[in-house]
Amino acid sequence: MILTKAQYEEIAQCLVSVPPTRQSLRKLKQRFPSQSQATLLSIFSQEYQKHIKRTHAKHHTSEAIESYYQRYLNGVVKNGAAPVLLDLANEVDYAPSLMARLILERFLQEHEETAPSKSVINSMLRDPSQIPDGVLANQVYQCIVNDCCYGPLVDCIKHAIGHEHEVLLRDLLLEKNLSFLDEDQLRAKGYDKTPDFILQVPVAVEGHIIHWIESKASFGDECSHHAYLHDQFWSYWNRFGPGLVIYWYGFIQELDCNRERGILLKACFPTNIVTLCHSLA
Amino acid sequence: MAAVLESLLREEVSVAAVVRWIARSTRGSEVTALTRPQDNPGEAAALSSLRPLRKEFVPFLLNFLREQSSRVLPQGPPTPAKAPGASAALPGRPGGPSRGSRGARSQLFPPTEAASTAAEAPLARRGGRRRGPGPARERGGRGLEEGVSGENLPGAGGRRLRGSGSPSRPSLTLSDPPNLSNLEEFPPVGSVPPGPAGRTKPSRRINPTPVSEERSLSKPKTCFTSPPISCVPSSQPSALDTSPWGLGLPPGCGSLQEEREMLRKERSKQLQQSPTPTCPTPELGSPLPSRAGSLPDEPADPARVSSRQRLELVALVYSSCIAENLVPNLFLELFFVFQLLTARRMVTAKDSDPELSPGVLDSLESPLFQSIHDCVFFAVQVLECHFQVLSNLDKGTLKLLAENERLLCFSPALQGRLRAAYEGSVAKVSLAMPPSAQAVSFQPETDNRANFSSDRAFHTFKKQRDVFYEVLREWEDHHEEPGWDFEKGLGSRIRAMMGQLSAACSHSHFVRLFQKQLLQMCQSPGGAGGTVLGEAPDVLSMLGADKLGRLWRLQERLMAPQSSGGPCPPPTFPGCQGFFRDFILSASSFQFNQHLMDSLSLKIRELNGLALPQHEPSDEDGESDVDWQGERRQFAVVLLSLRLLAKFLGFVAFLPYRGPEPPPTGELQDSILALRSQVPPVLDVRTLLQRGLQARRAVLTVPWLVEFLSFADHVVPLLDYYRDIFILLLRLHRSLVLSQESEGKMCFLNKLLLLAVLGWLFQIPTVPEDLFFLEEGPSDAFEVDTVAPEHGLDAAPVVDQQLLYTCCPYIGELRKLLALWVSGSSGRSGGFMRKITPTTTTGLGAQPSQTSQGLQARLAQAFFHNQPPSLRRTVEFVAERIGSNCVKHIKATLVADLVRQAESLLQEQLVTQGEEGGDPAQLLEILCSQLCPHGAQALALGREFCQRKSPGAVRALLPEETPAAVLSSAENIAVGLATEKACAWLSANITALIRREVKAAVSRTLRAQGPEPAARGERRGCSRACEHHAPLPSHLISEIKDVLSLAVGPRDPDEGVSPEHLEQLLGQLGQTLRCRQFLCPPAEQHLAKCSVELASLLVADQIPILGPPAQYRLERGQARRLLHMLLSLWKEDFQGPVPLQLLLSPRNVGLLADTRPREWDLLLFLLRELVEKGLMGRMEIEACLGSLHQAQWPGDFAEELATLSNLFLAEPPLPEPQLRACELVQPNRGTVLAQS
Repeated sequence: MILTKAQYEEIAQCLVSVPPTRQSLRKLKQRFPSQSQATLLSIFSQEYQKHIKRTHAKHHTSEAIESYYQRYLNGVVKNGAAPVLLDLANEVDYAPSLMARLILERFLQEHEETAPSKSVINSMLRDPSQIPDGVLANQVYQCIVNDCCYGPLVDCIKHAIGHEHEVLLRDLLLEKNLSFLDEDQLRAKGYDKTPDFILQVPVAVEGHIIHWIESKASFGDECSHHAYLHDQFWSYWNRFGPGLVIYWYGFIQELDCNRERGILLKACFPTNIVTLCHSLA
Repeated sequence: MAAVLESLLREEVSVAAVVRWIARSTRGSEVTALTRPQDNPGEAAALSSLRPLRKEFVPFLLNFLREQSSRVLPQGPPTPAKAPGASAALPGRPGGPSRGSRGARSQLFPPTEAASTAAEAPLARRGGRRRGPGPARERGGRGLEEGVSGENLPGAGGRRLRGSGSPSRPSLTLSDPPNLSNLEEFPPVGSVPPGPAGRTKPSRRINPTPVSEERSLSKPKTCFTSPPISCVPSSQPSALDTSPWGLGLPPGCGSLQEEREMLRKERSKQLQQSPTPTCPTPELGSPLPSRAGSLPDEPADPARVSSRQRLELVALVYSSCIAENLVPNLFLELFFVFQLLTARRMVTAKDSDPELSPGVLDSLESPLFQSIHDCVFFAVQVLECHFQVLSNLDKGTLKLLAENERLLCFSPALQGRLRAAYEGSVAKVSLAMPPSAQAVSFQPETDNRANFSSDRAFHTFKKQRDVFYEVLREWEDHHEEPGWDFEKGLGSRIRAMMGQLSAACSHSHFVRLFQKQLLQMCQSPGGAGGTVLGEAPDVLSMLGADKLGRLWRLQERLMAPQSSGGPCPPPTFPGCQGFFRDFILSASSFQFNQHLMDSLSLKIRELNGLALPQHEPSDEDGESDVDWQGERRQFAVVLLSLRLLAKFLGFVAFLPYRGPEPPPTGELQDSILALRSQVPPVLDVRTLLQRGLQARRAVLTVPWLVEFLSFADHVVPLLDYYRDIFILLLRLHRSLVLSQESEGKMCFLNKLLLLAVLGWLFQIPTVPEDLFFLEEGPSDAFEVDTVAPEHGLDAAPVVDQQLLYTCCPYIGELRKLLALWVSGSSGRSGGFMRKITPTTTTGLGAQPSQTSQGLQARLAQAFFHNQPPSLRRTVEFVAERIGSNCVKHIKATLVADLVRQAESLLQEQLVTQGEEGGDPAQLLEILCSQLCPHGAQALALGREFCQRKSPGAVRALLPEETPAAVLSSAENIAVGLATEKACAWLSANITALIRREVKAAVSRTLRAQGPEPAARGERRGCSRACEHHAPLPSHLISEIKDVLSLAVGPRDPDEGVSPEHLEQLLGQLGQTLRCRQFLCPPAEQHLAKCSVELASLLVADQIPILGPPAQYRLERGQARRLLHMLLSLWKEDFQGPVPLQLLLSPRNVGLLADTRPREWDLLLFLLRELVEKGLMGRMEIEACLGSLHQAQWPGDFAEELATLSNLFLAEPPLPEPQLRACELVQPNRGTVLAQS
C-alpha cells in the first residue's frame, strides 16, 4: 500500500476528469486490480477533491448558477423523473452533491423570502424530504446517493472510517499494553493541539522515538500530507516531540522523509515496538 | 621602566625585590609566593626612586618581550601577545621631529629621568642606528606596521591576505627590521603629529594586538575587528589590521577620543604614504613568509643559549608577574610562551650587532632573544614556573607538551613531570556534537486556555508556537547554505508573527517558549550548541597531528576564513545561538525584547540563587566521589545556562546602544553619560556580583556576568554603576593567585576558569584599557571581612576541564599551537591582545553569618553539614516532590469531591428554579460560599499526606547503610519541608483553586443543560463476549448507499442487487449494531436513516433485483422478510432514534406513485407492524397520513392514499391473520394484494 511517487502518479493520471460515480470507481478497480479498493477510493476521492478545489470558483459565479438553474428548470419541466441534476453536474464536471446544493440554494432564494441559512440547507441535504418541492427533493437525493466524493453520506462514511481506525488503534495500543492519553482526555486537560494518542511512556519504532500517534484513515498523498504536516504533525512535534503517523490506506513512499526530524510514517500498526525496560537487572 | 629591567639585569636588584616592588603598588604587604626574602634596603632605595613608574612596569615588560621576540621571530606565529603600553614606557628621544609625542610622553615621567638615562641611551642609539632619521621614513615605517602585521603573519595569514586582494599590501615592505617589522607593533602615539592633545595629555598607550585577517573576514566578529573608534580608513577593505583601537588613557584623561581621532587621521595618512617603496629586506619583506617546507625548522640547542642568566632573570620576573596576575590574560601569556617554544627559525637582522656576544648581561642594548635557542630556553624557563597551570590543561594538550622534543631537550625534569601529569590526567575534553532540536513540550499547567486572557489570545499563541518552530526548522535546513539570508528568508514571517502578539500575556507566553527553547537547544551537554570550539568543528584537534600540515595547507588554498578566533576571540553566537540572535534582530520588537529581558533576568536571578550543595572536605571517600560527579554536572548545567541567558540578556539589553558608529566623544559623551546614568540597569548585576563575592560564589556568578558584560557598549564601562563592577572584577582577578592554595579558599580550576573568563573580558574592545590602570579605586565595596564563616561554592571543586574548555574554548588554542608545531606548519591565528593593568586587590571578604533563620532550620543545616551532600540533595528533592504531589493529591481528592458536590447542588438548584436556573454568576457565588470553607481541611489532609509519603521516599533513595538515626532525622526533615511547602501553597491558594474548579464545573453543567441532550444519551456497549468481528459501520453505510444509488438510478441495464445480498446486508447491519465497538453516533444516525430509506424502496418495490433470468422485481415474500428484518433491527438493535416518520414522508410515499401497478400492501403491512412493535404510535401514523393528504398528488394516487388511510384507521390493532383478511377487502381498486 506504500506507493512510489511514480505508481501514485500513474493512478492519479487515470483520474483526470472522471465523474465521482460508482461506475467510475468500478472501472478504476478493474484498471488497478492489485491495489486495495480502499486505497483506490481514497486516492480517487482526494484527487477529485483537488480537482473541485481548483474549479470550484467557476461554478459559483452568478452567471454559472443562473445558467445551471435554468437548465435544471427546463430539464425537470420536460421530465421530472429523469436524472436532470445529476446529468447536469456530470456534464459541467462538478460534484453532484455540490450541484444539488447550488440549485437548492438558488431554489430557496426564489421561493423563500429570506436567504436560506447554511444550517437549513445542510439539514435539507441530509434529509431531502424537508425540501418543499418534491421533484427537487428527488433530484437532490439522487445526486447525493450517486456522489461518492461529496455529500452528507460520504462525509458520514469518512467520519466513520476515521473513527473506526482510531478505535482500531486504541485496541492495538491496549493490546500492546501501552498506556496513552486520547484526544478527549487531552482536550479536557486544555491541550491546544491534540493528536489521537499521546503515549504516556514513549516507545521506539524502527529506531525512532515515538511520543504520539496519529491515525489517518486515508491515503497520504503529497497535498494532504503537507497540509497535515503544517496543521497537525509539526504542531504535535512542536509540543510533544517526535511521533508516528499511520496512513492506513498507504502513502507515497517519498513523503516519509522526516523520520530523522521526528515524524515517522507507517501504513499499518508497527510490529516491532521497543519499550522502555523497567528492570535493569 | 627600562631602568628597572636594567637594574635587574645588572643584578642590582633581585627578582624578588622587583616583584615585591610591583606588587606593593597594589597589594600592600602581602607576601607572594615568589618573594620571600626580606627587602634589601639598598634595593628598596634603588627602586623607591622609580616608585611612580611601578604600574608601568608590567606593560613595559610585556611589550618588551613581544618586541624582543619579534626581532627573532619575524615569521613566527602571530604572537597575539603584543602587550600594551610598550611604547609609552620606552623612553623616546625627545625632540626628534617625528617623536613629538614621545617626547611628550617622556615628560610624563619626570622623576625617572635620571634612572632611565642608562636605558635611554642605548635605545636611542639603537633607534638612531637602525631607524632612518626623518619623519617620512619614520612614518612610512610606522604605517607599514599595519600592512606588515598581515604580511608578517606566517603562512596562511600572509598569503590569504594577498588572496583577498588588498592592493596596498605587497608594497608595504620594511626597510628596517627590528621594531618596525613587528607584526604586533602598533603605531605608537609618537607618530601622531604634535597636537595639543598629544602634547598636553599624553596617554599611556596600550597596544592592541593586530587583528588577524581571518577574524576580520568572519562576519560575527566584526565587533572585535572594527575598532571602537572606527578608525578604519574607508579605503581599507576590512578592518583587519586596525590596530589602535585599544588606546589606553590614564584615569582622568579626557582626551582619549581626541587622540584616537588624531591617530585615525594619522593612520590614514600613513596608509596613503606607505606605498612609497622602501628597500625590502629579503628576510622580512619576503612576500611569501616561509613556512614548513620552504625552510627547515631550526633546531634548538640548550648549549647554544646566548645569555642564560639574563634570560633566566627576565623569565623569572615575567613568571612572577603572571603568577601574581599582574598580566591581564594568563592564557594569552601562555600562548605567547608556547609560540616562543614552537618558534621555527630565527631571522637574523642583517645589521645585527657585531659586538653582541653571549653572556652580555648588563644592558638592554643587546637583544634578549638572539637565537631560537634563547627563545626556547626562555619559554621553558617560564613554563617551569607554571607547571601547575599546565598540569591542569586537558589531556590532549598535556600529551603534546610532554611529547615536545624541545621541551625534553631543555628541561627533562619538566618533561618528566608533564608526562606524569599526562599519565595521571583524566581531563579528557570532548567535543560533543549538538543534538538536533527538540521542542519545548506543552504543559497544560502553563499552556492551556486557563492561562490566557481570551480565546483569541489562546489560539493566536497556538499558531505562534507553530510558526516559531516552522521558522526554526527552516533555519536548520538552510542556514548553512551559501547565500541564504536569515532576514530575507524568515524576517517578514517573524515580524508578521510578532505582529499578532497583541496581548501582553501572549508576549510573556511567547518569551517563555523562546527562552525554554533557547536553553534546550543551546545549553546541551556539548556546551554552546553547535560545536564548542569556534564555529566550525575543530578539525585540527580531531585529526591526527601528521595530517594537520596537509589539512592546513589545504585550508589555506581554499582561503577559508580560519574558524577559530585565536586565543581571544570576540563574543559570538555559535551554532543554534545564531538562530536566536537573528530572531531577536529580525523580530525587532520592542515588546518582545522587553519581555525577553524580564524573563531572562528572572531566570538568571533564580539560577544564580540556586542553592548548590557545598563541598565538605571531610567526606573525601569513594562515595563522595560519585556525588561529586553529580555536583559537577549540576553545577555545569546551571553555569552554562546562566552564561547563555546572561549572554542573551546582555545582547538584548545593550542592543539599542550598540552600533557601527564610533563611540561618542567630548560633550556628546558627557551628555550621553548623564542620560545613561539615569537608566536603571536591566538587572542589578552589581548587587548580584557583590553578593556572589561575599557568599563565595564567584565561580558561579562571575562567568555569567562576564558573558553579560561582553556585550556592553562603549559607554557602559564609563558609567559609575558598571565601573564599580569592573573594579570589583579587577580586584577579584588580582586576588586569584593560583599558587596560593589553602583550606577553604578557591579551588585551582575554579580560579583558572575565572582567570580565563576575566582575561577574555579584559580584551574586549568595548572595555576601555584605562580601567586597568586604576590604582587604588574605592575599596569599600570589597572590605567586608576576612573571616569566611563557611565554605562557599568557590571552595568546592565544581569546575573540571570539560567545563573550563566549554566556557573558554579559546584555551584550546594552546593545543592547536602545539599540534601545529608537530605538523611542521606554523600557526597563524591572531587575536587581540592589549591592556596591562596593575590593579589593587584586597582580600575577598566573606559574608556575615546568616542569623534570621529559626533554630530548627539551623539545626537542620547543621545536620546536613556533616553528611554527604547527596543526603541533603535527596531530602530536598523528596520534600520538593512530595510537597508538589501533595497539592496534586488534594486537587484530585478534596477538590474533586467538592466539585462533585457542587454539581449535585447545582442540579438541585436547577430543578427547584426550573429551566432557567438563574444567573450563573449568582449560582457560582452561592456554591462557593457553601463549599469554600471546606478548603480548610486541605491543610490537615496535606500534612497527613506528607507525613505518610515522605519517609518511604527518603528511605528508598538513601543508601541502605545509612545509620538509623541519620535516616530518621532525614525523614523528619523531609516531612517537615514537604509539609511546609505544601501547606504554604495550600493555605494561599486553596480557596481560589476551589473557586476555579467549581466555576468550570458550573459552566460545564450549564452547557450540558443546553441543546443536544440526545447526543449525550447513555449508550450501551457490546456484550462481554463480543469479539468485535462485525463489519465496520463505514462499510455498511457505503454498501447501503450503493443499493440506494442503484435504486434511485440512473443505472446500467446490467446493474442490480440480489435478494441474498440484501438479506446479508441487513444481517451485517444487525451485527454491527450489536457490536458497537466501532460505531459512533453519527454513523448510527446515518445507518438508521439509510435503513428507513431502504424500507421505503422495498415498500415501493424500487430495488432493481439481479437474479437468475433477469428478474427485476423483488418477490413479495422476500420483501416482507426483509421488512421484518428491518423492523427487528429498529426495535432491537438501534440505540439512537430511527426517523421512521420518513417512511410516510411525501417523497418516500411518492415513490409508490411511480410504480405500476401500485402495490399498497407492503406499506400497510409495515405500518401495522410498526404499531404492533410499538415503534410508532397509531396517532403518530395518523398524523403523518393526515399531512400526506395535503401534498399534491395525481388524482388517482390521492384516492388510493385516502383509501389506505381509511383502511389503516379503520383497523383495530389485530394480529396478523386478520390483517391478511383486510388486505383482501380491497381487490377492486386494481391494487394487487398479494396473498401471503
